[in-house]
Amino acid sequence: MTRTGLLAACAMLALLGGCGGAKTDANGFTVDPDFEKRLQQQLLDAKPGDVVTIPAGKYKLTRSLSLTADGVTVKGAGMDKTVLSFAGQTSGAEGMLVTGDDFTLQDLALEDTKGDALKVNGVKNTVIRRVRAEWTGGGKTSNGAYGLYPVQVTNVLIEGSVVKGASDAGIYVGQSTNIIVRNNRAEGNVAGIEIENSTGADVYGNTATGNTGGILVFNMPNLPVPGSKTRVFKNKITANNHANFGAKGSAVSSVPPGSGVIVNSNDLVEIFDNDIGDNQTANVIISSYYSTGFDTKKGVSAAYDPFPQNIYVTGNRFVGGGTDPGTKYAPLKALAGGALPAVLWDGFVDLEVPKAGICVQNGDAKLFNADGPHKFVGAKIDTSVDCAPAARLPEIKLPDGMTKEK
Amino acid sequence: MIARLLGLVAALLFVAGCLHARGDRVIFIAEGNPEKLSDWGLFTVADGRIAPHAGMVTYELNSPLFSDYAQKWRTVWMPKGVAATYDPATSFDFPVGTIVTKTFYYTTPADAASPQTSDAVIKATPASYQSGVAGLDLKHVRLIETRLLVRRAEGWVAFPYVWNAEGTDATLERTGADVPLTFVDGAERTDFTYSVPNQNQCAGCHVQDFRTRKVMPIGLKARHLNRAFPGEGGEINQLQRLVALGYLKGVPGSGVPQNANWEDGKADPAALARAYLDINCSHCHNATGAARTSGLWLDAGTVDPRLLGTCKPPVAAGRGTGDRPFDIVPGHPETSIIAYRLASRDPGEMMPELGRSLTHKEGVALVTEYILTLKGACERVGGPG
Repeated sequence: MTRTGLLAACAMLALLGGCGGAKTDANGFTVDPDFEKRLQQQLLDAKPGDVVTIPAGKYKLTRSLSLTADGVTVKGAGMDKTVLSFAGQTSGAEGMLVTGDDFTLQDLALEDTKGDALKVNGVKNTVIRRVRAEWTGGGKTSNGAYGLYPVQVTNVLIEGSVVKGASDAGIYVGQSTNIIVRNNRAEGNVAGIEIENSTGADVYGNTATGNTGGILVFNMPNLPVPGSKTRVFKNKITANNHANFGAKGSAVSSVPPGSGVIVNSNDLVEIFDNDIGDNQTANVIISSYYSTGFDTKKGVSAAYDPFPQNIYVTGNRFVGGGTDPGTKYAPLKALAGGALPAVLWDGFVDLEVPKAGICVQNGDAKLFNADGPHKFVGAKIDTSVDCAPAARLPEIKLPDGMTKEK
Repeated sequence: MIARLLGLVAALLFVAGCLHARGDRVIFIAEGNPEKLSDWGLFTVADGRIAPHAGMVTYELNSPLFSDYAQKWRTVWMPKGVAATYDPATSFDFPVGTIVTKTFYYTTPADAASPQTSDAVIKATPASYQSGVAGLDLKHVRLIETRLLVRRAEGWVAFPYVWNAEGTDATLERTGADVPLTFVDGAERTDFTYSVPNQNQCAGCHVQDFRTRKVMPIGLKARHLNRAFPGEGGEINQLQRLVALGYLKGVPGSGVPQNANWEDGKADPAALARAYLDINCSHCHNATGAARTSGLWLDAGTVDPRLLGTCKPPVAAGRGTGDRPFDIVPGHPETSIIAYRLASRDPGEMMPELGRSLTHKEGVALVTEYILTLKGACERVGGPG
């Protein structure tokens, strides 16, 4: 055979999927018409202890995957090798919906889901490891809301994952307890990482950049449990200046572009040892529900505490930021003398609680009290926040089985 | 002649034997995943009809769940000598062996040469309504799927069976199926994908308490069944029929709850909408359902306006808000998220999340009317200061 002939033969074989690897079509999708049905069948049949392995390849899915069994691991060949694409999804509000305990998802990507990429609801012990959840067309309001979304889960580990393009939050841990979110990358989402109405979270070693807001610790009204006790540390939270593309009415639509860390209506939060820089509204924002614009008399449970309390900012390395505050905070730029200092507080306090416990001990970093209750009239650098909590929050510990690789 | 006669008798016996083997008796199968719907011995399909077998009681709900305008035929069957126990609020406690069927079908255009392979399906009218009591006339019907809920020793198990192109039997599709159809509503034609749920998705709605994670029937509750309907004993209250047949015990003489019939134009708009939201939403949107995490509870028993959505900000609606601020803004359906999500056809924002890809115009109209009747405003609060 001539050299040309060999190449031609190889080209033919390539079309047929020869010359290495599984067959792929012109768009790089693995040719495997039964893949979706087979995978869902495996999820239906899975028993505790089972590992469902998905080989390398880019696969088209049209429906939500769902798993209800306990103790199942779903594992790909790597977040850039095993890609589940939901660009052609016709039904289902998630890429994957899980309601089983002791679930692990690792080493694969969920792309372009119509709604959330992964939702895990009402279970214990969820591990999400080296998973990529991405909307590949960049930040658009039509993207799905959440990337990695455990809700009402006890014991959560999300590590080494990548989330991009979520129209709400890339990583969204809601109403959960005992949480570690570490070493992830959140980029180009409205909210990079959001811990909401959750109790006991360590958020560290993450990179949040290019989002509207980098890391959010929120409490929303009308939910069974208020959250508290989150530590945000050793993260890199830079240049989260993306335009806000969240749908109006969603909680994150109130996030001003250029927010590094936001604590909203949450209590007992520590922000320390982070590199936080170049977030144009402010590197750290501490605010109450009143600043979101969503508060109404009828729509909020009487039990809800809208005030952030006992928030400690210390030992962070701040660079730049505050140069172009967004939305309602824009007028503050002039009041603060051209740029907001590292920490912005809306100044709403519970009149029945003597001390809000807003403490900043962070070298030269200052706190700007916007005096929200008086529409910024008394806005000023607040020098009375040099305080520290009586005790620091403990480290979050997860069951051993969760932190070991399978 | 004798030989021919014997041959005929043998042939008759053979046919009879076949029929017998196919069964005209319902069979409770206690384990496994029976591959064919016919394995259960529930129906006879012959002469252009599908007919139920002895002991299967057809029932109807006051207000049914919307499923892409599919028509539904529901039956319940129980073994001899056992009965369900009444409960005023939750699904009745059914004995092991109970089989509930729901057959989803569409009326097909009159000129469709083969109804069972007609991709065009038309909106049901009073004229095309079939009670199902004596089965269905299949002359202008495409059978899509028959879902079984079977009460086994370990609990309820859901089986989705998809009908074949001949309309002779249905095959278990545990992973669900997508059926491309065109919905014809007068001059309007809408292409859509009818989605048969996979077995886990069945649980997605039928598990109404996340703590137990038990699959339970949704429609077989007092408030949905409490109505007159034809069948054995005539057009009588369905609960009384079940009692008379020995299928149900413990029904009190009075105080049995009753949802509105959503098509009862004379009823109060709030009662109609609440009945509609109850059957369409509350299997998830209740204090223990999958959507408990939203803080929006739409079951018939919820009375707090805030939990029912009044001025309530969304929790995790994402783009499902449709750029609207609150679940319900009294008097303003056009700024209420509930109305938006009910009308949406986008899987990333629509409600319910599963089981429809068309907009239920009449349902949206009902909820719209209800929101219009609500009084008050969502006054913003500026906070203390």
